[in-house]
Amino acid sequence: MDKNVIVYGTPTCPYCVRVKEYLTENSIEFENVDVAEDNNRVQEMVDKSGQMGVPVIDIDGEIIVGFEKEKISQALGIS
Amino acid sequence: MDKIYDLIIVGAGPAGITASVYAARKQMVFLVVTEDIGGQTVWSGDIENYTGYQFVTGVELTMKFEEHIKKYEVEVRENEPVTAIEKKDNNIQTTTSKNTYLSKTVIIASGKKARELGVDGEKEFRGKGLAYCATCDAPLFAGKDVVVVGGGNSALEAVLQFIKISPKIYMINDIPALGGDPIMREKVLKAGNVTVINNSVVKSVEGDKFVERVKYLENGEEKELSVQGVFVEIGLVPNTSFQSDIEKNDVGEIKVNNCNETNIPGVFAAGDVTDVPEKQIIIAAGEGAKATLKVFNYISRIKETW
Repeated sequence: MDKNVIVYGTPTCPYCVRVKEYLTENSIEFENVDVAEDNNRVQEMVDKSGQMGVPVIDIDGEIIVGFEKEKISQALGIS
Repeated sequence: MDKIYDLIIVGAGPAGITASVYAARKQMVFLVVTEDIGGQTVWSGDIENYTGYQFVTGVELTMKFEEHIKKYEVEVRENEPVTAIEKKDNNIQTTTSKNTYLSKTVIIASGKKARELGVDGEKEFRGKGLAYCATCDAPLFAGKDVVVVGGGNSALEAVLQFIKISPKIYMINDIPALGGDPIMREKVLKAGNVTVINNSVVKSVEGDKFVERVKYLENGEEKELSVQGVFVEIGLVPNTSFQSDIEKNDVGEIKVNNCNETNIPGVFAAGDVTDVPEKQIIIAAGEGAKATLKVFNYISRIKETW
């Protein structure tokens, strides 16, 4: 079954763009949350990750901070 | 470990990537070990001076770099910072966080990274209010007071990201007046919500779970600011913390001659990590190309003598 993936980022953060590119290349669907637009979602991201840096990737509740390709692919089960 | 590569390339920014393309085209047996792809190019925002591109973003150019090496099926080991580069008999041994490699030659193209403050609380609050990339993280600080540390162009650029979203912005600058370009300085000073604190150095970053305050010394007197964000923009340092006997200059850059050779035969270096004058993406790329061509010559020469 497909996993529920959320990417929290800002439009100006290079690694947010890279994460999203990576997911798209691997045909992974995700919700794109622009925290620059929505302050409530900032708090949600901070609560989930315990920190304030972007990108944050939520894969079925598993939280990954940064463009950590290995961790992301492991969590998604892609090689 | 038994395999001896012709070449190990350390780093995958413009210098490392270009070195890889040339090595692939020379059909060398080589490997790239790196922390990430793109290096500083990823962070470069808008690029308007890379020949062939009138305008390209740092991210787009990085993706172009990646595409280019994928075409040659270059073996790249990411997330593998190098810890030591040493001579081992006739070869060079490169140790990373995960492996040890032997090669006839090495090109160090590890680039530069943001300089750290080196104060209490810096590591603890990294990502918890303290950051090195205003471009990335500024929007998260909407409505919050922040301090930008530094007084040059990158610090001014950082401040400009906050003037519309933060009530109060402080700049802590260790020299008597702001540096940077006059146009940028004027914009910052006109904003109305920026307080410039000159002749001052940060002493500590404090808080509970997140940053709550910064202590600093102004003309030797200790003072405090109540802020939720600290952005460090005090320049760059070369990535040369690995163990080696490679000669560096007084700012830690690897000394190279115009053939990209270091003091150790077989060890070459290219790009921003070296003492080459002017740090530019296109210069780093050119230096990477030159380094591989010189490596190729070097390998042909040692083959003759062995």
